[in-house]
Amino acid sequence: MSTWHDYLKEQGYAPDWPYPIRFEQEQEIDADVLVIGGGIAGCWAAISAARQGLSVVLVEKGDTIRSGAGGPGCDHWCNAPANPLSNVDPDEWAEHMAERPYCNGIGVQIQCREDWDTLLEMEQMGGKIRDTDDEYVGAIGRDEKTKLMLSPRYGWTHSYLPGAGKENAFIKSDKNEDIRTNVVIRVWGYTFKPALKKECKRLGVRIFDRVMATGLLTEKGDHGARVVGAMGFNNRTGEFMIFKSKSTILATAGGGSIWMLNTELGGYSNMMSRTTTGDGTVMAWKAGAELTKMEGTGVTRIATGHKHKWYTGAGDASYENVPIVDANGKVLPYPIQGWVDAGAMVPAPEVEQAIREGVLKGEYALPFYGDFPSMPDVERRATWNLMLGEESTTKIIIDTFNKAGYDESRDLLQSYKFIEGSSLPQWREPGYGGGLIVDWNLKTTLDGLYAAGTQMFSPEDHSYAAATGRYAGRKAADYAREVGESKISREQVDREKARVYAPVKRSGGMEWKELHAGIARAMQYYVSEFKTESLLNMGLDALQKIEEESVPLLFALDPHKLMRSLEDISLLTYAKIIIHASLARKASSFPLGLQRIDYPAVDPPEWKKFLTIKLENGKVKTGELPLTFWGNMKKKYEAHNKDYTGVYSGK
Amino acid sequence: MSKEKVIAIPNIATPNNPVTFDPDICNGCNHCVEVCQIDVYIPHPEKGKPPIVLHPEECWYCGCCVSDCPRPGAIEFKWALQHRGYWKNKATGEVHQI
Ligand SMILES: Cc1cc2nc3c(=O)[nH]c(=O)nc-3n(C[C@H](O)[C@H](O)[C@H](O)COP(=O)(O)OP(=O)(O)OC[C@H]3O[C@@H](n4cnc5c(N)ncnc54)[C@H](O)[C@@H]3O)c2cc1C
Ligand code: SF4
Ligand code: SF4
Repeated sequence: MSTWHDYLKEQGYAPDWPYPIRFEQEQEIDADVLVIGGGIAGCWAAISAARQGLSVVLVEKGDTIRSGAGGPGCDHWCNAPANPLSNVDPDEWAEHMAERPYCNGIGVQIQCREDWDTLLEMEQMGGKIRDTDDEYVGAIGRDEKTKLMLSPRYGWTHSYLPGAGKENAFIKSDKNEDIRTNVVIRVWGYTFKPALKKECKRLGVRIFDRVMATGLLTEKGDHGARVVGAMGFNNRTGEFMIFKSKSTILATAGGGSIWMLNTELGGYSNMMSRTTTGDGTVMAWKAGAELTKMEGTGVTRIATGHKHKWYTGAGDASYENVPIVDANGKVLPYPIQGWVDAGAMVPAPEVEQAIREGVLKGEYALPFYGDFPSMPDVERRATWNLMLGEESTTKIIIDTFNKAGYDESRDLLQSYKFIEGSSLPQWREPGYGGGLIVDWNLKTTLDGLYAAGTQMFSPEDHSYAAATGRYAGRKAADYAREVGESKISREQVDREKARVYAPVKRSGGMEWKELHAGIARAMQYYVSEFKTESLLNMGLDALQKIEEESVPLLFALDPHKLMRSLEDISLLTYAKIIIHASLARKASSFPLGLQRIDYPAVDPPEWKKFLTIKLENGKVKTGELPLTFWGNMKKKYEAHNKDYTGVYSGK
Repeated sequence: MSKEKVIAIPNIATPNNPVTFDPDICNGCNHCVEVCQIDVYIPHPEKGKPPIVLHPEECWYCGCCVSDCPRPGAIEFKWALQHRGYWKNKATGEVHQI
């Protein structure tokens, strides 16, 4: 017996809600630094602020032990050019990484400078970063002295595309040798998240698990004023939480699943956890912070659980170093994210086209497979056991496959590329890469409010979240030390309480799942692959109607369903911001995945800029920033970090 | 024919069974309840019994509940039918599904 209906049948009644119900009751907590979101960036932020000796509170919707996209693991520490095996200069490499249009040069520079230090601190906390058990002796990229395992990724350039960028531009070698950048390190990331939680506890960080933050507190409750804390509720008990702080760090990642019509697939097909519903972005938006890149649209990427997890199904080409073969064993010209192609994952458009034509002509027989058996044993183990065994959400895949009889040295693993069609437009990632604008302190445009990880615009990976979280913790601590106490506004608290508890005051109407599906459908119709001004405006009208007519009907029977209801209200606002941003960009863009039928010119020079968006006096206000608004990365970083002390040496 | 009582309940949420428990091995420590970031489970009202799967359709198949369980065999992961992947024996061509 394990299901709810088993219990019902056996007992004759449904189980009681297992936690005490405390709707409307209040708890008030004071902190120097408040961190919202206990994922990778949030945990690192809390740890680094606590190491500055300040009182830190960490608020997490799930349980910090495994929460967030990186909770279940991480197999690549993606950008550590300061590591001892690296062949590039961190600052030069950062410049190169930041050449990618619409990236975040500030975050990239922080990552390139501090990622190696961050990884060493991960090791201090008990995370495994080296092959100390000598499991992979002989694997390419394994360094005998340090026992670090390099990954082929970013081997020559920043790109996942084969042959893109300035090949070998960074390698200082006279001879025509095959020297790699060595910036990406394979790690045992399944060990990371519990170690981070343990360190938070050891440092005295007060962790509030199962609390969903819902709104920010601003000085005097004024829009655009300094942020002085946040509100939320416990999603098991329903208790209202008021957090007062001197500085606040948002680390709730971006938004997810807006296009996902089926709520039962919530959280699939993007690089985010099911708990990532745009809450932080929407909280900041409502408080007056400025966002950018919200008009971006991405195709589905690696996902969770779903068979799309396998890269070939998601549009990526491969597993690391695993050749992709057709049903007759013929090798396909996919890049294999491996040593031979320096980690390229995505086929060049001509190659993709050639494979497609090959399939149609019968040259390549479907389905395709990952040819694990053809690999040298140690490389196969490095991919199957280390990469897939440690990457987020994949450990369970290798465990269950092996248990069911799959033998990677004997069996080909099926790919779903082509046999199920490529990524559907309605499965695209919403506001892809959109997020909060930050400065060189990772401060947002609001005083007292900082952001880290995938909460910021143009997010990157796990190690980026870690390094920027660690950095934001430092900077928010500096600010907290400088500012005085502040008073929170009771009126703001009361307004938020009324909003939060509205769904539990009704026992009928509309359940969150229907609201979710309604928002998703509106986005599929009007904000899908092809965009025009009139379609986008129809989308805004549809969402407005949902807000006015359906949201007031929402009902929630318990604190958990209340959380899901409020998440969908966040997603609704998030969706509206995406439309406003899409309307503002009157041009199509390749890197932003934006196809405006009414403005077909792709990336015309006058539109090569960030569009910014914020709420001002109740109205949406857009602005712009140059593509490299952060200035000279090396100089700016150094000017802001004269006191940086490197790897933690405290107790 | 089964003499089981038939009760009137709505359609159950699907996929319904991300995991199954072995009540002989599971001691109801509820560690899996804690590591699940989604709150798919609630603790069983009776101490010592395996948790109850309350929100199965919200599972994101991260596997942490199974991988982190301190008692091997107490909890088993079940891929929903639509998520079950395939493989092929390279030598014999035999196809299997998990
Ligand atoms: C399947 C998968 C595989 C991946 N593999 C890799 C990899 O191998 N290497 C790599 O570098 N990257 C990988 N990534 C990406 C990496 O996990 C993320 O970049 C990283 O976790 C982002 O960190 P974050 O802190 O910004 O967000 P998260 O780690 O997702 O943390 C956000 C946290 O905020 C919490 N939260 C959300 N809303 C609220 C709220 N309202 N109140 C309180 N808390 C809230 C969430 O519960 C969550 O814990 C993978 C991602 C996925 C999904
Ligand atoms: S399945 Fe494992 S973790 Fe969960 S309650 Fe049982 S013994 Fe504890
Ligand atoms: S697989 Fe992950 S989301 Fe699903 S029940 Fe287990 S811990 Fe929760």
